[in-house]
Amino acid sequence: MTASNTPGRDRPTDEPNEIELLLPWYEAGTLRRRDRERLEQALHGDPELARHVDRVREELAETIHLNESLGAPSSAVADRLMAAVEAESPAGRRRAPGAAAGWLTGFFASLSPRTLAVAASFAMLAIALQSVMLVDIFTKPQEEPVYRGLDAPAHRNGTFAMVRFARQASAAQITNFLQNYQAALVDGPTAGGYYRVRIAMTGLAKDEIGRIMTRMRREPIVEFAEADEPSR
Amino acid sequence: MAMQAPADEALIGRIARGDRLAMQVLFARHHVRVYRFVLRLLNDEMAAEDVIGDVFLDVWRQASRFEGRSAVSTWLIAIARFKALSLLRKRREAGLDDERAESVEEIADDPELAIAKLDKAEKLRKCLAALSPEHREIIDLVYYHEKSVEEVAQIVGIPENTVKTRMFYARKKLGELCKMAGIDRGWP
Repeated sequence: MTASNTPGRDRPTDEPNEIELLLPWYEAGTLRRRDRERLEQALHGDPELARHVDRVREELAETIHLNESLGAPSSAVADRLMAAVEAESPAGRRRAPGAAAGWLTGFFASLSPRTLAVAASFAMLAIALQSVMLVDIFTKPQEEPVYRGLDAPAHRNGTFAMVRFARQASAAQITNFLQNYQAALVDGPTAGGYYRVRIAMTGLAKDEIGRIMTRMRREPIVEFAEADEPSR
Repeated sequence: MAMQAPADEALIGRIARGDRLAMQVLFARHHVRVYRFVLRLLNDEMAAEDVIGDVFLDVWRQASRFEGRSAVSTWLIAIARFKALSLLRKRREAGLDDERAESVEEIADDPELAIAKLDKAEKLRKCLAALSPEHREIIDLVYYHEKSVEEVAQIVGIPENTVKTRMFYARKKLGELCKMAGIDRGWP
């Protein structure tokens, strides 16, 4: 029974029925099939319930808008995290708190964010001297590209390229590719599947960039490679 | 997409074997949403960044214990929520958590003055931001993070029926705030 099926009711009340309670999940598309079918049946011939769905839709749209406007964390988070990950050996991970104590309890009790940040900063220094690291992201292509961290010096300076990898390229092949070119992913993928790749920490001469692009285009896992000017 | 995207569960399996690239992919895929979830709870960008760093380091260390009973995104949000609430609790104990109360009062005290010039959508967003943390959380989980009744119950740690009624009352409160802000949505 829906709100308007009750005599004297023309809108949802303080005591909602089951159908009214499910409306947000119906509109968000996360309702079980059985419940969804039940709700769709109830919607037939119940204009007030339909109006309530409209209200839910409005709330949903603005909740998404509000959350999307929150922006994204700085690239320093990824850097600190990967530095901390790098600093931890597999043996170290095996020494993590045991199941008997409960993994959450043990781990949460052992960490404080500031402690981690300081530890990660030291680890990052070591890593910067040693190795090439992927610094940034693979994001869902259907979402807007996340242009985070571009104000950081590491992303503002340097030489960049836009690269699209072959569909069959594996993560391991891409890692090897990046290592061979001493490169790092800094953004993407965009809607077309392009990644922004930093190919040098400094600005390279045009000839040198051209040579690198030519080499990259010959790579079997590369579908597209073109030099890209820094965003700012 | 330029390449096959491994499922989250497969990434967790690789992370459990020490695959750092899988860790980066998982981070890239989820960190923005987890950050936004935490930011909405904490209202503090730096603290939210610290929390998500902790969350993903936790994943790196504990991936082998992921049992796949829930979606990876649900697992991440549950960890993030635990950490954010722990931080909030510490702040409350230290008397540092008064920012949120002010934003609610902004709407409640003099809505006409505060938001008279905004259009309907902006007012609605303002009202969403002014909800209590508990109400804001459930609305975000359902509408933005696309969590089902069962998943919200797992994340928040309450029965499914409570999830449904909490969402209902969150929406009702939102309607009341909207009314105060001059929007008559026809309900409540």
